[in-house]
Amino acid sequence: MTVFLHFNRDRCKGCELCVSVCPKHILALDMASTNVKGYHPAGVTDPASCIACASCAKICPDSVISIEKE
Amino acid sequence: MTTVYRKSAGLQDRELHYCPGCSHGIVHKLVAECMEELGLVDTAILVCPVGCSVFAGNYFACDCIEAIHGRAPAVATAVKRTHPDQLVVTYQGDGDLASIGTAEIVHAAMRGEKFTTVFINNAIYGMTGGQMAPTTLLGQRATTAPMGRQKELHGSPIRMAELLSTMDGLAYAERVCVADIPHLNKAKKAIKKAFELQLAGAGFTFVEVLSACPTNWAMTPVEANKWLLENMAAYYPLGVIKEAQA
Repeated sequence: MTVFLHFNRDRCKGCELCVSVCPKHILALDMASTNVKGYHPAGVTDPASCIACASCAKICPDSVISIEKE
Repeated sequence: MTTVYRKSAGLQDRELHYCPGCSHGIVHKLVAECMEELGLVDTAILVCPVGCSVFAGNYFACDCIEAIHGRAPAVATAVKRTHPDQLVVTYQGDGDLASIGTAEIVHAAMRGEKFTTVFINNAIYGMTGGQMAPTTLLGQRATTAPMGRQKELHGSPIRMAELLSTMDGLAYAERVCVADIPHLNKAKKAIKKAFELQLAGAGFTFVEVLSACPTNWAMTPVEANKWLLENMAAYYPLGVIKEAQA
C-alpha cells in the first residue's frame, strides 16, 4: 500500500493538531519555510510510514489534508 | 487510487476565518459530513448565529440564513414549520445560545420544535475578545473576570444540555467534544443521530460540543484540547444526557 498525503500548504495555520494526533509521529511543522499566511505549514517527514488512518485529516480545522492510497 | 479522506462536499472551497486550532472548523466539517452522508446537502437549511461563527453561511454548501443575535431557534422554528420535510439546523455558540438567546432556545425545546441545534460551548466569548460567558468555568480567567470566575459573585456555569433536558419536547440531547480522534468520532455519530431523529419527527434534538478557544484561553491549540478534557469535561459530563423513548 502506498499512501499519498496532500497538504494544501497555504491553507495551514500551523495549529499542530495534526501533529498531536498522528499515531506514527511522522508529521511536523516545516520550520524552514512560511506559507502565504505567514505560518510554518504542517508536512509529513516519513511518508512511507503512513498507515492512512486519516486522524490528521479529520482533526484539521482548515481541511488542509486529503489522503489517497493505492 | 482510492480516496481515504477529502474535504466534505457539504462545505464550500473557502478559507475559514477562524483562529488556528479553533474547534469551529472541526465541527463545521462534522456537520457537513453528516449532511453529505445523509444526502441532504441540497435540501438542508442551516440557521447561523452571531458570534465567531457568524460567517458560517459563507462556508457551508447548503442553504443558510442569518439570524439576529440569539434568535436562531425562533428563525428555525419558522423555517422548519414551513419546510417540515427538510433538515433544519441551528449552529450556535455559548454567547448566542446560553446568554442573549436563552429564552428562545428554552421555548423552542419546550414546544418540541422538530429541528436540531448544534451548540458550541467554548466557555468564553470569542469574537468580542474573551469576556466571561455563562459557561465560563469557576476559576477560569476572562477579560471581564481577571481574577477568575467566582461562585459568590458570578454564580456557577450553566449546563444547557441538562437544563433543556427537563423539557418534555426535547427528544435527544448529547454532550460531546472534538479534542481527540475517539471523541471526534463520537461527536460525528451524535450529530448524525440527531439529524436522523429530526427527520423521523422525534422532536427537538440538541448536541452540545465542548470546544477549544486557544486564542482567548491563551494556550496553544494542543494545550487547549488537553485543558478541555481535564477541566471542561469534568464539569460538563460527556455522553447522552437524554434520549426520549419513541
